Amino acid sequence: MSGATLYGLCSAALVGLGLFGAIVHPQPLRKLLAFNLLGGGVFLQFGVIARRGAAAGMGGDPVPQAMVITGIVVAFSATALAVALLLRLYEVSGSATLSTETPMSSDGKGGGR
Amino acid sequence: MTAALVLDAGLALLVLVMAVWTVAAGPAFSAVVGFVTFGLLLSLVWVRLAAVDVALTEAAIGSGVTGALLIAASARLRPTESRTAAERPGPVLHVAAGALAVLVSAGLAALVLLPAGSAPTLAPAAAVHLPELDVGNAVTAVLLAYRSLDTLLEKVVLLLALVGVWSLAPDRFWGGAPVLRTDTPPGRELTLLARLLPPVGIVVGIYILWVGAKAPGGAFQGAAILAAMWLLVMIAGLRATPEIGRRRLRLVLVAGPAVFLVVGFAGFALPNGFLSYPEGFAKPLIIVIEVVLTLSIAAILGLLVAGPPEREKRP
Repeated sequence: MSGATLYGLCSAALVGLGLFGAIVHPQPLRKLLAFNLLGGGVFLQFGVIARRGAAAGMGGDPVPQAMVITGIVVAFSATALAVALLLRLYEVSGSATLSTETPMSSDGKGGGR
Repeated sequence: MTAALVLDAGLALLVLVMAVWTVAAGPAFSAVVGFVTFGLLLSLVWVRLAAVDVALTEAAIGSGVTGALLIAASARLRPTESRTAAERPGPVLHVAAGALAVLVSAGLAALVLLPAGSAPTLAPAAAVHLPELDVGNAVTAVLLAYRSLDTLLEKVVLLLALVGVWSLAPDRFWGGAPVLRTDTPPGRELTLLARLLPPVGIVVGIYILWVGAKAPGGAFQGAAILAAMWLLVMIAGLRATPEIGRRRLRLVLVAGPAVFLVVGFAGFALPNGFLSYPEGFAKPLIIVIEVVLTLSIAAILGLLVAGPPEREKRP
């Protein structure tokens, strides 16, 4: 087994972990974190493919590597937008829940604000 | 050989441990700290995969700038945590989600383990034109020459995300400045750091941009370091956050994509199509584009972390 294969298995596990977290966590911020883990796993799998394509004196195929760089930057912009949306939701509604039911409010903040 | 394999196994294990921590940790703040650690470990993995350019980007943007953004968000959302945590789904969904995750992971693992014959690669094709471009770093060549359209569109995505963030501002704050909140008022240590670090950071950022033509580095990585220095100065309160309505600021933001587009359209008139560089001018053009892009990306990254304006415009 080579190092690249090990990291390939690691990336597969990361995708699964991220997927599980994004489904199970009720807090939007935690979903966002889990989604970023999932993305990290996908990027890493791409990196393993790039490493296996080492040729022409290069340690890896530069095309997938460049795509991953682009991907990391795009993932960051999407995360920034999601965080801004979430903070705005908190500002407007006083809570940060994705639940469609009106939260059973003990502090009178839920629902009709 | 075996020592390297042990190192790889240990690193992969550490990455997985931090990922589990990020998903399983109780308070959101701990999870974010776990995520930042995960990102830094992941950048070491990228070094082991001979992708140092990606490692720099992961450390600077994937872990650093994203971490700054998420730490600030988790601090502001702390009051909501106990209430939303109570909405945890039942055991049935837990089992179903776990089964789905295991299935997806197993599928991906099978793809990794199956003998794929010879792996596909574009490395020889990328290497052929490097002397012509006079660029030694193949990843930079892919980003700014072979697949420059991707890079251009990515800049547009960054700008669109910023427009999206700004559009969440309440009407009365439009044209005003964002507010960078800290848990405690900036102390003397932070002020000292914000005075000492930026001169070094700016030099390192510019160096990483410059060296990107022939060694790992480039516009994104340099820009992330510059953005971090700017944020540090703003968080310490040494410089005010900029008002988003200022024309100079907006010029900096669009300069990168605009120069890229001008060079792109000039490709129609001179060589043979959109985004193709005239012979012999590839290297200077790439450098001009990279320098302007770096400024724009640094400004956009900093403003994305700062968030929508929360202070009224000064008259």
